[in-house]
Parts: sequence; C-alpha cells; structure tokens
Amino acid sequence: MDTLAQLVILTLAAGTPLVYAALGELVTEKAGVLNLGVEGMMLVGAVVAFMVAAKTGSPWAGVVAGTIGGAATSLVFGAIALSLMANQVATGLALSLFGVGLSAFIGLDYVSVVIDGIKAVEIPGLSTIPVVGPILFGHNPLVYLSLALFAAVQWFLYRTRAGLVLRAVGESPQSAHAIGYPVVRIRYLAVMFGGACSGLAGAYLSVALTPLWVEGMTAGRGWIALALVVFATWKPWRVLIGAYLFGGVTLASFQAQALGVAIPAQYLSMLPYAATIVVLAIISRDVVTIRLNAPASLGKPFHSGT
Amino acid sequence: MIRLEARPEPSKLFGWASPLIAVVATLIVGFVVFTALGKNPVEAFHAFFVKPVESLYGLGELLLKATPLMLIAVGLAAGYRANVWNIGAEGQLTMGAIAGGGVALAFHGSESMLVLPAMLVAGAAGGMAWAAIPAWLRTRFNANEILTSLMLVYIATLVLSLLVHDHWRDPEGFNFPQSKMFTETALLPNLLAETRLNVGFLFGLAVVFAGWLFLQKSYAGYQMRVAGLAPAAAHYAGISAPRTVWMGMLIGGACAGVAGVGEVAGPIGQLLPSVSPGYGFAAIIVAFVGRLHPVGILLASLLMSLLYLGGESAQLNLALPSAVTGLFQGTLLFFLLAADVFIHYRIRVARRHRARVAI
Repeated sequence: MDTLAQLVILTLAAGTPLVYAALGELVTEKAGVLNLGVEGMMLVGAVVAFMVAAKTGSPWAGVVAGTIGGAATSLVFGAIALSLMANQVATGLALSLFGVGLSAFIGLDYVSVVIDGIKAVEIPGLSTIPVVGPILFGHNPLVYLSLALFAAVQWFLYRTRAGLVLRAVGESPQSAHAIGYPVVRIRYLAVMFGGACSGLAGAYLSVALTPLWVEGMTAGRGWIALALVVFATWKPWRVLIGAYLFGGVTLASFQAQALGVAIPAQYLSMLPYAATIVVLAIISRDVVTIRLNAPASLGKPFHSGT
Repeated sequence: MIRLEARPEPSKLFGWASPLIAVVATLIVGFVVFTALGKNPVEAFHAFFVKPVESLYGLGELLLKATPLMLIAVGLAAGYRANVWNIGAEGQLTMGAIAGGGVALAFHGSESMLVLPAMLVAGAAGGMAWAAIPAWLRTRFNANEILTSLMLVYIATLVLSLLVHDHWRDPEGFNFPQSKMFTETALLPNLLAETRLNVGFLFGLAVVFAGWLFLQKSYAGYQMRVAGLAPAAAHYAGISAPRTVWMGMLIGGACAGVAGVGEVAGPIGQLLPSVSPGYGFAAIIVAFVGRLHPVGILLASLLMSLLYLGGESAQLNLALPSAVTGLFQGTLLFFLLAADVFIHYRIRVARRHRARVAI
C-alpha cells in the first residue's frame, strides 16, 4: 500500500470518533440543548462496547451495545436538564464526571483483556486498484458508517419536516410549543440521538481504532467534539472537515513520534489540544457569525408554563 | 398527571435542604450498589464512611484531603457566581504545583525560611497564569472558557510529564519520572503529631474565610453576583463584563495553584507525573454542593474528602475498586441538580386543575 493511501486511511480513522460525537452533539444543540457530557457518554459507550465484545466475541454486538449505552446515559441528562430544568452546563459537567467514574468502575476487570476488533474489509477486485482502490475501499466499516451518518444528518436537518421542527424547537421553543409541538419530547429525542452517537464514537475507539479498554481512553476527544460543533458554526459538512483536520493533527503527532523526531513526545501530544484552543479562538472571534448560526435557545431550559 | 408549577419566589428552605436530600439519595444509591455487588451494606457503609475516620490519623487524612478541595472550590465559586465556567482547575493546580515545585528545586537544600512563602506565591502566580489564558481568549476572542480551560488541563499534565521525565528528573531516582525530594524548608510543617496533617489546612481555612469576606461582604463580590444573576442589569449598572471574567478566572486559578503547591509541599513532597487524584474536578462538585457559599463549601469539602477516603478503604476492606469514589461523586452532583428543581418549582397534581375546569 502506498504512503498516500495509508495517510488518508489513518487520517480518516483518527477523525471518525470526532465525526460521530460531533454530529450527535450538533443535532442535540440544534434542538437548543447543550450537553457537555459527551466525554462521559463516549467513555460509557467505549466500556460497554468493549465488555460486550469481549463477552460475546462479536465486536459488532459491542458496537450496538455501546450505542445503546451512550443513549441510556444521555437519558440521565435528559431527566435532570429537560424534565427537571436544571442548569444544562452543570448537568453536562456532572454527566462527564459521572461517566468517567462509571466507566472506570465497571470496566476494571477488562483492562488487560484482548479482543478481536473490527478491521477494514478487503473487497476483492476493488481494494487492489492502484492508489484509488485503497483510498476509496480500504477503510474500516465504521468509517463508512460515519459518512452515511453525516449524509443522514444533513438530509434530516435540512430536507425533512421533522428536521425543520427540530431546528424550530432550537430557535424558539415558545413558538414551537404554541403551534403544538411537544418541545420537551423532541429535545429528549435529540439528546438521545446525541448520546447514541457519542456511545458509537466510544465504541469505535474501543473495538475498532484501538481494540482495548483503558480508563479515560477518550483522552478529551469528547471535549474536542464539543469545540468542533462551534468551529463548524453548527453546519454538518464543516463538522466533517473539522473532524478530519483534527484527525490529521492527531496523526501527525503520532507519526512524528514513530519517526523519532527529536522533539519530546509530550510536545507532540499537546498538538490536538493546542490546536483546539487556537481554532476555537479564531472562529469565536467573529461574534456575529456565531450569534447568527448558534441555535437561539441553546442552553436555556424550557418550561411550558401550563 | 404530576406537573411542576413555578414558585412565585425561590424557596429558601429547599436552597438549604437540597444538598441534604442529595446526600441522602446518594447514600440510598450506595446501599443499593453495595447490595447488588453482594456486599453486606451495613458493613460496606462502615468501611466506607466510619472506618476511615475512626483513628486520629484518619481524621488528619480527612482534613488533609479536604484542604485542596475547599481551596479550589472557593476560588471556583467566585467565578461560577458570575457565570464564568472555569472547569480547568485541575490544570491550574498542576501549573501551580510546577511553579511552586520549580522554586523548591531551585532552592534545593536552602536553609532560608522564605522558600515556602516563595513557593506559595509562585504557585498562585502559576495557577493565575494558566487561568489567564482562557480569560484572555474569552474577553478578546469570545472563545468559550469551558472548552479552553479544559483543553489546558491536558496540556498542563503534559508539561508536568515532560519536566519530571526530562529537565527536572532526579538523577539519583533510578530513572523513575520524579523530581528530587524537597528539603525541609520547602515542606509544609506538620500540624498534628501522628498524622500527615500540615499547616496547609489552616491556610485553607483562612482562604475560605477570605472567600466569605469577598463573596458575601465586598462590593466586588456583589458585582460578580449581579453579573451572574442579571447580566443585562449588570451591564446597565456599569459593571464591566470583561473585568468579571478576569476576576473569576484569576481567583479560581490562584486558589487552584496554591492547592497544587499544598500537595507537592505536603503529602507528596516532590514532583511526580500526577500530583492530584482529580481534586480540580471534584472541587467543581464541592462548589455546587456547597451552594457556591464558603461555609457550604467547607462542609462539602469534608464530605467529598470522606468519599475519597471511603473509596480507598473500600478497596482495602471490601475489595471494591476505588473508582467507586468517582461514581459517588457524579451521583451526588446529579441528585443535587435534580433536587434543586424544588427551589424554583413545586409539584402540583393536575387532577385538581381539571376539577376546577369542570365547575
């Protein structure tokens, strides 16, 4: 396999957990809900996926379980932030702290377990075409699934009636409520979708990208995904580009370490975090764009008053 | 159908009762979890909450671990009251430990009594410098301080790792990633014989008292409260929003930085790749459970410290993973946020409403 193809494959592989988590959070935020618990939901998804994969021997069963695990975790957020109208920032933080603790607790016996992860599928005939073959057909199945998810989110938000309602709930829950839409129920669904995507992102990490379970293995990717939604000014296609850019940055830091560049590993490991800060500052600088694109009711609790 | 009805005024009663409700609910969850794990819940509770503080040594540990929590939480409370969401205290603690530890190593073996004060000042400055980055990014570039302060936690941890692996590694440390042990003048004096409790605890109490004066009694503290409760009114009254952000972040950073020095000059006594078991994050919970009030924070820090000790004791006595601590911390905050709904709302059973319509 040539270097270019390898580079493309590894970049997409590193960006994919961010694609999942950020697309899920984007839909949640489009409904006006800010869930800062992405990191926690990813960890729960990762540990549940790994445990089920180890128990059943099927990594795909793990992926399904991780997705459900993420969605179930997000229900805790929903109950407190939507039904009980608690501060969304505090509830999301609590979810992240809780997810770190819960995943460490239930995953303790699985730390040194080895499983067969999900690998890229070789398609006879297609994968062997020079250059184009591996670039188009050499990826992990979950990478293709993330692209399908992107297409589905883009279509749902801007081409369907339900997507329009969801965005209306995010812009003006009072108006949506007055017309008769069940604001809280729609927000619950959006939160659960975000949770499922975060769980899937975690599952991808623990059964596909690096098939193992380590405490806190998401290493801040959930927070980077939250930042990505802001970079992308709440547009799905920009989430996709941003995720792969970050995949590239992560990859560059790994590759430089592997090549034995004479820079201490720690500097290279800082790259994704430093890049997040810099890009966040550059994008947020344009206050008008942020204000125009951010869902108007983002982070505000809704009470119907009846 | 049960529904929530807005109260005309926030309930003072529930403002105080909800932390207690949260603690009781967390204990009930603990009871269920212990039973589900096949442990005798009474024994488990004894091991978790009583055993760690039965001895004088245990009580010392309780106060020792509560010290960084109360310090950081008071600093965070200043920001949270003004809606400045600094969640990167763990990173500011690490930077404080690096700055203070750097002073200790630079004056290694010095007999001067000024080493320790210099370490504390350096630690506060280190934490403030680290908190200044998100403050600047927020005020100058409108960048969300939640995300930037959190990203800086990872960077601070990597800086510390770099230093103890490389520049500051003890040449006689058998290649372990650790600095030299600090010498006598760079360590906090012991406070109570037969315990590890040091004067850092008194310092923590002093900061909590200063926090009380600042938050409850000073004009600046009042301004920050207004900025948090009613940003529009604050703006109209001429309270500068950037100044509020700067103050909130810098106070939080200074307190976390000092807490970091307290760890390396106290129970640890040197720089290690990790200088805190997540105190910076646990302090967020302490700040909320303590109602962002210094007195509440003092009590909440003792509770949270007991959860840390309980986790260690459960590991020793019940063969339970110490990660159970993190689980309880998260659960506690969830229940608190849930119970807080009763401050602003009360439960109404909708049946009465329908009956009235029928008449």
